[in-house]
Amino acid sequence: MDFLAVQFLTGLASASSLFLVAAGLTVIFGVTRVVNFAHGSLFMLGAYIGWSILTRLPREPGWFALGVLGAAGATALLGVMLEAIVLRRVYRAPELFQLLATFGVVLMVQDATLAVWGPNDLSLARPAWLRASVAIAGQRFPAYDLFLIGIGPLVLLALWLLLHRTRWGVLVRAATQDREMTAALGVDQRLLFSAVFALGAGLAGFGGALSLPDQSANLQMDLSAVVEAFVIVVIGGLGSLPGAYLASLLIGLLQAFGIVFVPRATLVLVFVAMAAVLLIRPNGLLGRPLAPGQITQEIRPVIRAAPTTLKWLGLACLVLAIVAPFFAGPFLLSVLTECTIAILFAASLHVMMGPGGMPSFGHAAWFGLGAYAAALAVERGGASTMVALLAAVLVPGIFAIVFGWFVVRLAGVYLAMLTLAFAQVVWAIAFQWDALTGGDNGILGLWPGGWLRSAPAFYWLTLAICVGGALVLRRAMMAPFGYALRATRDSTRRAQAIGLDPRSLRAAAFALAGAAAGLAGGVFAFAKGSVFPGYAGIGRSVDALVMVLLGGVDTMAGPIVGALAYTGLYDVLLLATSQWRFILGLAIILLVMAFPEGIAGATRRFWLRGREA
Amino acid sequence: MNLTRRVLLTGTAALAAPAIVRAQGTRPIRIGEINSYTAIPSFTLPYRNGWKLAVEQVNAAGGVLGRPLEVISRDDAGKPQDAVRLAGELLDEQKVDLLAGGFLSNVGLAVSDFALQRKKLFVASEPLADALVWEKGNRYCYRLRPSTYMQAAMLVEEAAKLPAKKWVSVAPNYEYGQSAVKWFKQLLSAKRPDVRFVAEQWPALGKIDAGATVAALARAEPEAILNITFGPDLTNFVRQGNTRGLFEKRAVVSMLTGEPEYLEPLGDETPEGWIVTGYPWAQVDTPANQEFVSAYQEKFKTHPMMGSVVGFAMIRAIAAGVAKSGNTDTEHMADGFAGAVFDTPFGRAAFRAIDHQSTLGTFIGKTVLKDGRGVMADWHYDDGGKFLPPDAEVRKMRPAAG
Repeated sequence: MDFLAVQFLTGLASASSLFLVAAGLTVIFGVTRVVNFAHGSLFMLGAYIGWSILTRLPREPGWFALGVLGAAGATALLGVMLEAIVLRRVYRAPELFQLLATFGVVLMVQDATLAVWGPNDLSLARPAWLRASVAIAGQRFPAYDLFLIGIGPLVLLALWLLLHRTRWGVLVRAATQDREMTAALGVDQRLLFSAVFALGAGLAGFGGALSLPDQSANLQMDLSAVVEAFVIVVIGGLGSLPGAYLASLLIGLLQAFGIVFVPRATLVLVFVAMAAVLLIRPNGLLGRPLAPGQITQEIRPVIRAAPTTLKWLGLACLVLAIVAPFFAGPFLLSVLTECTIAILFAASLHVMMGPGGMPSFGHAAWFGLGAYAAALAVERGGASTMVALLAAVLVPGIFAIVFGWFVVRLAGVYLAMLTLAFAQVVWAIAFQWDALTGGDNGILGLWPGGWLRSAPAFYWLTLAICVGGALVLRRAMMAPFGYALRATRDSTRRAQAIGLDPRSLRAAAFALAGAAAGLAGGVFAFAKGSVFPGYAGIGRSVDALVMVLLGGVDTMAGPIVGALAYTGLYDVLLLATSQWRFILGLAIILLVMAFPEGIAGATRRFWLRGREA
Repeated sequence: MNLTRRVLLTGTAALAAPAIVRAQGTRPIRIGEINSYTAIPSFTLPYRNGWKLAVEQVNAAGGVLGRPLEVISRDDAGKPQDAVRLAGELLDEQKVDLLAGGFLSNVGLAVSDFALQRKKLFVASEPLADALVWEKGNRYCYRLRPSTYMQAAMLVEEAAKLPAKKWVSVAPNYEYGQSAVKWFKQLLSAKRPDVRFVAEQWPALGKIDAGATVAALARAEPEAILNITFGPDLTNFVRQGNTRGLFEKRAVVSMLTGEPEYLEPLGDETPEGWIVTGYPWAQVDTPANQEFVSAYQEKFKTHPMMGSVVGFAMIRAIAAGVAKSGNTDTEHMADGFAGAVFDTPFGRAAFRAIDHQSTLGTFIGKTVLKDGRGVMADWHYDDGGKFLPPDAEVRKMRPAAG
């Protein structure tokens, strides 16, 4: 009993820490609708800046508080810069496009932090008062944790007062409800958005600095923080502060008690909880369905068949790709193989995101499932390469059919996060189920046999499968199925009125995309000769998102261009410079600013401008 | 001064590679090196310094077989799939004579498998996975660092002397943590049948919920604790453990914690009396280590880490292996590296013929606080060769390579 009481308090303390990170994210999302992937980077910067300030101050409580506030202020300033320099230019872009810009920021901040603070973990020495403990139920409980337990609700209260008892708060809430109307009433949105960003970033920095007595400032904290924050925000309901606090409580307590009863479940507990909540409450615990004014459902352009010129251009590229082995060296060939696989991977995500209207943060689940299905077919079943590739389509396809039925009930970021939860479960199984998947060490020795042993032969097979697969997807999107799918995306009600079944259509698109991504994963397994849990990891999912968004969601060529641009850029930069993250991040941000509809989208606009004038 | 140092360096390098012949103007021996420079900078940046220093010394002493060493280095971004592509680039475009490097076990295994496919030599420096030389071991792969098994065996030798019977474990939930706990339990139980493991915690790597983990471990009321966590998780765990009194009156055995990379962030909170593996760089007063530390400090204006030793010893091992093989033909090297003897800051080591594992060991000692910093005390060096299973068992565990 005593133990449970202490564990309960421990859970409350971690809930407060979680809330501080998530609060900023939910405030920013609520008003600006920006999925801020860089929120974890702001948290990390808060910790590093906090370290720099606090190590120079006297170690008394008063100075500590001052230092933490200083770190929060500095992070708020960085947040404003991020908003003013990068995001302000892309507010008008399609949904989720801002995510791409913030991903560029994540990459740049990683390298910048390494350059400024160096590679070592930085820990803040704790003076006696930070190490103190209180006796609770006969056990020693950290006094600082008691302080944390209090700070969470206090911040919640302060934010509530700010949003409900000040004029500024009224404006923020109005903008959350209906951005267009608020603008029409003469509220300067730019100022409002900047202020909201300062608040959100400041909260992230505050959380980062407050984490210093418990953990070191390190270069991995950005990604783990942002993923946790997203989970909290989504469980709580997007934009809902009380919801975020409730979700933090849920996750904090779940972890504290979960590790007692199922110590091995630490990796999946959080994501299983998120999936469960979303299946029962599709808008999170306290989230409400979006009001009409919040849904900025502009009519997306109809994707038509490519103009003849583009078709010829595509054919020329294909011919060039086919003859490539005759003049390209082995390394260029391996890059081309990766690019080709990326095309199918990106095209499959595009089916969901573009015509399907279902953004996914966990597309790597299917890629990973395909890779592991192929690998296990070879390793356990002794299958040939071709049979293994068949397994790489079927297994993820079947999983996608089953899982799709749950997913398609959701929409927007909620749907995206449910796919992320599924991907994390797949990843955790691959990572932990040593007996089946080989765990972190992966499955090795999957080199294709027979005539596929030579690199050009395998490349041609890859080209045939991946370009062929992408063309099949394109054909499906140009067929009545694709038009029906887009109809359900653009207007679910009207689609229903003419007798379409939106759920079946979306589930079918989901299964199609899953199977295609699985095939890409299967080919990738043979290209690399091995599979690893990372193939289903968050990084791989983000890769797919970046490719599609970079190319442009609203054209069929978009994912192809995006896959080539991102994979090529990444492969070349990784080889060329040790600061590749900074340069890749910068390149992404510049591309985002130059082409807010994606590279292919922008090209299309320039093309049409010439024709229609 | 300059002259004496030159003489010193020449001397040490000559020791490492007995077959050095002086000659100039010949084609360099190209080493294709891959590591997780951006993903794990705290280990890999000191590691890079280490191999740079060794290359400089070896070349100053005339190179190997009269040829200078040249390292072409690549960043794998922490992803095995990128490491495989870059390994191909190094072989096909850069025409390197052999591959080397690796920090993460899965990167090491992926490159090893690729090297086998291409029939090229791969010298794995840091990856600890046992599979690298055993289950997945192959003719072309040699490994430098003492494996998870070896480090567990070293810790068990000390742990068996403890009176404690009731143990708990905490380890990151992936292959490294799982196999470290598995070996430790197995080896300790063999030596001490009276020992029981009463609870285990498996925090996700990088995401430890330290307060809850500490409380759950304390609840089992253990007499001793096995810790496998490292890096940010370790800092977090130690802080909660200190405040909550988990480590008081309990023995703690902890893997890798004595390595400067992981010990330094603990600062003045380093718990005293933990039995750890690591590297007390300032205290080891053998000439080999002293020369290494002073040359390193002079060149990089900072002290060496464990990574520095790994990078340095990797080049020494390659130099010795190539010298023993007589040329850079892969098949010659695959045979010739076996039994190659090389000198490291830790002392002399050799690649075993039976499983291509080097006998490089590590230091075992107890943590103490000195001037507000954690250091190792009562340490001794454990030669890796003494902590490996009998040959018959090794052969059984190494089916693929024979």
